[in-house]
Amino acid sequence: MDCTKAQALRHAYLDGEIDPVDASAVEAHLRGCADCAAAFRRDRELSTAIRLEVPRYRAPELLRARIRSELARRERWRFSELRLLGVGWNPAAIAASLMLAVFMSSAVTRSIMTDAGVDRMADAVVAAHIRSLMADHLIDVKSSDQHTVKPWFNGKLALSPPVPDLAAAGFPLVGGRLDYIDDHPVAALVYRRQQHVINVLVSAAAKGDKDMRPAPAAERGYNLLRFTQDGMDFWIVSDLNTAELGDFAARLKAALPDGGPS
Amino acid sequence: MKTRDFEQVVMPHLDAAYNLAYWITRSRADAQDVVQDACLRAIKYFDTFAGENPAAWLLTIVRRTCYTWLKRNRRPEEALALDDETATDVEDPALLMGGHGLARDPETLMIEARESKQLHRLIAVLPVPYREIIVLRELEELSYRDIADVVGIPIGTVMSRLARARALLTELWRREERE
Repeated sequence: MDCTKAQALRHAYLDGEIDPVDASAVEAHLRGCADCAAAFRRDRELSTAIRLEVPRYRAPELLRARIRSELARRERWRFSELRLLGVGWNPAAIAASLMLAVFMSSAVTRSIMTDAGVDRMADAVVAAHIRSLMADHLIDVKSSDQHTVKPWFNGKLALSPPVPDLAAAGFPLVGGRLDYIDDHPVAALVYRRQQHVINVLVSAAAKGDKDMRPAPAAERGYNLLRFTQDGMDFWIVSDLNTAELGDFAARLKAALPDGGPS
Repeated sequence: MKTRDFEQVVMPHLDAAYNLAYWITRSRADAQDVVQDACLRAIKYFDTFAGENPAAWLLTIVRRTCYTWLKRNRRPEEALALDDETATDVEDPALLMGGHGLARDPETLMIEARESKQLHRLIAVLPVPYREIIVLRELEELSYRDIADVVGIPIGTVMSRLARARALLTELWRREERE
């Protein structure tokens, strides 16, 4: 190896970016050439000095915080966009929509025994709500007749969900569908409030679960209500205001076979 | 875009991004603006990121943003000037990760500070192409392959440019030693 070649490869050798054959050739040349060896030592000294003495600047916390807040802003925007898409699902329901779905699965219920489970469940319920609005999968069986919707679930689920008729109270039934939460099939019932589509979801409670009064929650801009009655777990999700959604939940609860004022 | 993914995949390389931007712009305030701008772009295009090497990906965007900034804010000849104003920012120890020696007696610390200032100043006055390759290799410890990707040059050019940058820096260093 001559000096020109060694000069070209010296840096790759210093940086460990060289294959073993070339490396031993460079080493051999450095042993026999004082000039190249001196140049190599200087490069190595320089490299070491830079690493030891020259600062590596660290991003200020303010910059980090600004980027995080931009990420948060985009996340919020993304969900509001989905929500707009959801409202536009049906030209007849452009003004607003309220959906009501009922998820039924004891496996699902088990996953909500902890607070984290409840959060996760609320998240999954809202996700199902958004999915149903977006993917044109709001309804599998379209009927305002409870006696059409209820039998449709026969053989599709381990449970027969109650399908109360709440049209007189201003919450007409739109239909029902089969959905999945945490990979478990669940029943979803769809109601409507005026031009708002309302989404409510119910599931089978775990064994030994006591009846629970409606508990409100909010997730990603949607309002949620959950209650347990007669071994069933009800999740109600909608963009409807909390007062009307609370009214809906009370009427639904009262209309259940073993219902009554909560 | 999944913001959680961006936090986990890209944010860990924010220090590298800021360090490169600082060394190219030679100003804390400008580095902060440039990196913020670059990150907004990175967030916007995160969906197109193939997931190969997030550090190199972010540094590529930061470097491009820096060059746009240079064109807009500096005289074109400055990028090649060697005797331009020296780096003006004095290091704030709280913001620094490197430069720590083992010796702790005041005299040694003082010598270290002087040495550090000297090399700091010499790197700061290198032409931008040499400056950035020194920073990417010696401070960020990027491989030749990653440097080639970030700077957009062949690996052979990485090697020869690094050789020239080191030769120039060594020459400046030795000249100061003699004075």
